[in-house]
Amino acid sequence: MLKAFLERLRQGHRTIPFPGGAALPESFRGRPVLDASRCVDGCRACADCCPTDAIRIEPSLAIDLGRCLFCAECVAACPTGAIRFGPDYRMATRRREDLVVEEGRYRLAEALDREARRLFGRSLRLRQVSAGGSAGCELEAAALGNVVFDLSRFGVQFVASPRHADGLLITGPVTRNMKLALEKTYDAVPAPKIVIAVGAAAISGGPFAGHAEVLDGAASVVPVDLFVPGHPPHPLTILDGLLRLLGRLREPASTR
Amino acid sequence: MTPIHSYAPIPNGGSAPLAIVPRLQPDRFAEAIMATPGARLVSFFGLPEESRGLRLMAVLARPGDAELLVTSARVEDAYHALTPALTQAHLFEREIWEQWGVRPEGHPWLKPVRFLGATSRDPGVMDYFEVEGEEVHEVAVGPVHAGVIEPGHFRFQCHGERVLHLEISLGYQHRGIECALERGPRKRTPHIVDAIAGDTSVGHALAYSQIVEALGEVEVPARGHALRAIALELERMANHAGDLGALAGDIGYLPASSYCARIRGDFLNLTLDACGSRMGVGWVRPGGVVPDLAPAHASAMADQVTRGTEELRRSFDLIRGNATVRARLEETGILAREVAEELGMVGPAARASGVDRDVRRDHPVGHYREVEIPVATRETGDVFARAGVRSLEVAHSADFLARALRALPSGAVRRNDSESVPPLAPDRIAVSLVEGWRGEICHTAITDEGGRFRRYKIVDPSFHNWMGLAMAMRDQPISDFPLCNKSFNLSYSGHDL
Ligand code: SF4
Ligand code: SF4
Repeated sequence: MLKAFLERLRQGHRTIPFPGGAALPESFRGRPVLDASRCVDGCRACADCCPTDAIRIEPSLAIDLGRCLFCAECVAACPTGAIRFGPDYRMATRRREDLVVEEGRYRLAEALDREARRLFGRSLRLRQVSAGGSAGCELEAAALGNVVFDLSRFGVQFVASPRHADGLLITGPVTRNMKLALEKTYDAVPAPKIVIAVGAAAISGGPFAGHAEVLDGAASVVPVDLFVPGHPPHPLTILDGLLRLLGRLREPASTR
Repeated sequence: MTPIHSYAPIPNGGSAPLAIVPRLQPDRFAEAIMATPGARLVSFFGLPEESRGLRLMAVLARPGDAELLVTSARVEDAYHALTPALTQAHLFEREIWEQWGVRPEGHPWLKPVRFLGATSRDPGVMDYFEVEGEEVHEVAVGPVHAGVIEPGHFRFQCHGERVLHLEISLGYQHRGIECALERGPRKRTPHIVDAIAGDTSVGHALAYSQIVEALGEVEVPARGHALRAIALELERMANHAGDLGALAGDIGYLPASSYCARIRGDFLNLTLDACGSRMGVGWVRPGGVVPDLAPAHASAMADQVTRGTEELRRSFDLIRGNATVRARLEETGILAREVAEELGMVGPAARASGVDRDVRRDHPVGHYREVEIPVATRETGDVFARAGVRSLEVAHSADFLARALRALPSGAVRRNDSESVPPLAPDRIAVSLVEGWRGEICHTAITDEGGRFRRYKIVDPSFHNWMGLAMAMRDQPISDFPLCNKSFNLSYSGHDL
């Protein structure tokens, strides 16, 4: 007992303040920053190397974060330095189309409407469903529960039964073999309910997009209220999205 | 004695012309496998023939032999199953049946593996083993479980609280990975490989890279090899730390559970620092690694590894030193050594039952040829032993990292891109083994006449090990299942592909 107590003192307090307490290293690849003015006519080097066809060149350079695997191969391919990955981990959106990064503004997730906020704003229970997820997104979602991110201080918790949940957090491209289980789990959540799609696979199929064995994302089966891009997303990206959805963050939804 | 012409020897990370792999009569093939002392099935799969029929390909490992042995047989619609005499073949033969419709006659347990193709119905719908009798009842769990984990279906036959038998039915995570790799490599190929099992991105990416390098004759610079080993050991440390925390959490011992989870995160953050992804996604690529590690960075990392490991050791000491905690882990979920051997199990789960097997020592490639990382084993085969092996492996990996990070070879970390994925040699077979944190990962690739993948076979360690979990649950109280399950912590996605 004494040993456990001493160890407790030694381990110290590790929970990070949020927002604001997170120092991410330089190597972190957050929201891409584009400078289309650098693009040279007729060049398609980035789009040609992109493994998930996430890049659009015409009419102007854009990256669909719903497809992007954050591999930075486009950065290496670009001869002019028009693409770089910035440090900003905030990337979650309410609408699928908002995930397209262009030069200029990016529309982060807006809060739920007042009624939903009244219900879920201070207490949200989520049932996680992995539907073909490779464990990467699942682990990052689960990491939110550790002492560093301490999700429960925001009133958000993962629960065991869909019947105790206010919504689903879905990972994976939704395999054909998980479609029925996902539908049943969704149906078991009492209304009103919300759905959060986490990771490139859950948004677009990610690296598996187009495979006959998958359905290319959660939205093919259930309506999605929040999209959290990444491969897998950093826990902070998920946390930021959740708190935006709940109207718990004061910063504006539109950022540069 | 088996005449050597029953096999083609291929070193780990090497390749050979497909033509030199013997094509035996099915009975000779079975005999050759059975008659090889101590032979273990590393991989066993079907290769569709150009005309009709299927070529069964087997990759074997023998104790004390760094080379792998490859042999094959041509079959039509059916052949005599190996499983009755060679238990390790059981899941491979089910897989061959499911993928190609070729029936292993006399297989005692012929059921779907991933619920695909003509042999299957809806996922999870199959004939389960049933026990009848007074006070016997069945408990069914999943595919969606209580925790934040992947899906699978578990059926317990119980007598009261006691589990008589557990049957595990998977396939929910099937994403068509092997099919998608055929006719590659393409630009998406490495990204699919990264996601075979998201907690083993480094391990699978390394296995894939070795395949490309074997077939494309790519030399990896020494610094690249060293950084690969660093990446792989960091992945092991993070996952083992997470597992130790999960075990503590499962029995409600919160101090160790919170410390370990945090330390796991610290190891992931070191990986993030080094490569830009906490899970090491994209760190290892054919030709070497991306990106390089700055010298200042490497020595800071060495210090952090040492500190994290020391903290983890103290957390594990809390577990070890607490009699009530220990009592929950000891003699729980015992897997006998003979069973682990018979099932052909790999990784920490096998080593905890005294099976002394580790790719890093037995079939070393790259940097592992130059260093020796001790193999951690335990004898008792219980949850405590599986925890103990992990704890010891973290310590061994940390020792290695502390040294390696301070003595990195100089030079490039990767061939440039066009040299890294050159055209692959046609009509060859390449075999690649990696000791991932869960155990032996095996990738086998066969190229067509144009140097494209004609077949790409993946064996995640979980494929060998899931049955071990079922066996460890026999005669256990059903309430110990979560604890036993965590102590194996097998991959659903790696199994389902
Ligand atoms: S970082 Fe995203 S956009 Fe760029 S190549 Fe990779 S997947 Fe495509
Ligand atoms: S590679 Fe660079 S210059 Fe070429 S289209 Fe892409 S962003 Fe523009």
